[in-house]
Amino acid sequence: MRALVIDDSSSMRSILRSYMRELGYEVYEAADGREALKRYDEVGNFDVVLVDWNMPVMNGLEFIQALRARVECAKVKLMMVTTENDFPRIQEALGAGADEFVMKPFTLEVLEQKIALLLSQG
Amino acid sequence: MPPTNAEFAYVRDLVKNAVAIALGPEREYLMEARLAPIAEQEGFTCVTELVRSLTGKTSTDLHWKVIEAMTTNETSFFRDIKPFEALRNKVLPQLIQNREKERQVSVWCGACSTGQEPYSLSIMLREHFPVLQNWKIKILATDISNDVLRKAQSGRYTQLEVNRGLPAQLLIKHFRKEGTEWQISDAIRNMVEFRRVNLIGTWPPMPNVDIVLLRNVLIYFPVETKTQILRNMRRILRPDSYLFMGTAETTVNLQVQYDPESYQTVTYYRPSPN
Repeated sequence: MRALVIDDSSSMRSILRSYMRELGYEVYEAADGREALKRYDEVGNFDVVLVDWNMPVMNGLEFIQALRARVECAKVKLMMVTTENDFPRIQEALGAGADEFVMKPFTLEVLEQKIALLLSQG
Repeated sequence: MPPTNAEFAYVRDLVKNAVAIALGPEREYLMEARLAPIAEQEGFTCVTELVRSLTGKTSTDLHWKVIEAMTTNETSFFRDIKPFEALRNKVLPQLIQNREKERQVSVWCGACSTGQEPYSLSIMLREHFPVLQNWKIKILATDISNDVLRKAQSGRYTQLEVNRGLPAQLLIKHFRKEGTEWQISDAIRNMVEFRRVNLIGTWPPMPNVDIVLLRNVLIYFPVETKTQILRNMRRILRPDSYLFMGTAETTVNLQVQYDPESYQTVTYYRPSPN
């Protein structure tokens, strides 16, 4: 199983990477949306993508829209992990194609529960 | 002096051996806050001194106080998810079939803490059982603590609380944001009636129920109390009803009349026929 972690903060990438590795994922990383799309072109499809919202070059929302526009990526599990926490922002992310939404700060337990939810959705 | 890693490891093992609940490393920061009041009450100068007094001794009341403090009120929306899947996929469809004539279903959450469990159930009924819209649905949620009941009744949760276990789709559908907190909708809140009930001792008059959720409660009680609670429960459970307990809880070795049934990895209980 392969996971892609997209965040412009290297410390956040490191937290998410070690957590996803513990869950048995082979983890790839990108610092913004454009780099993440490049990673897609190099590596192929991923099973789970964790993406921050606010990043330079291409933000998380634009990345989700770009990814969902690709037919082969319609089913990938996408979770936004972000400091954004307002109602309209969550609506916007889900409307664009995110499957789940985690508001920072979070505990590992929260992340674990959200990943379980994400994977239990058909 | 703040507790050390070794002291946290001791408490973690104590809790795991006694009640089969695994405290994750993120709970370490909670230890000081949870145990400081006990340390003070018991005359210790700090949590470290309290923990050291426990080591090397067999189970005492003080051990149980520590276990309880480290585990109580640990609740989240759709906690452990599996029992909710059993309810959704097996128990409720069966029960709805059995209650088709009377068109009413009654549920009791026996230690509802801050309300996430009864509200999760209400949300699930709304989301997946539209057929129940014209039925009489009674969800009674009780706890011994007035403090947690007040919070439960308010239906207001912090960001961290709604982050835990609640799918984002359900958050935006059934909650609204007020300031920094999230308020559950009146439609969901009004489905639940909160009441204070002490499970130990004589119970107030209780309605007959179809489903009881009594999860992670009995683990704290000695065998006689567990037996008494389950016997009292048996009297208000309807013959074709269902009892859900926590994963570490069972009726094995208790003189009570229940039969286990299972859905995937979840075991629940039904009153044995008389």
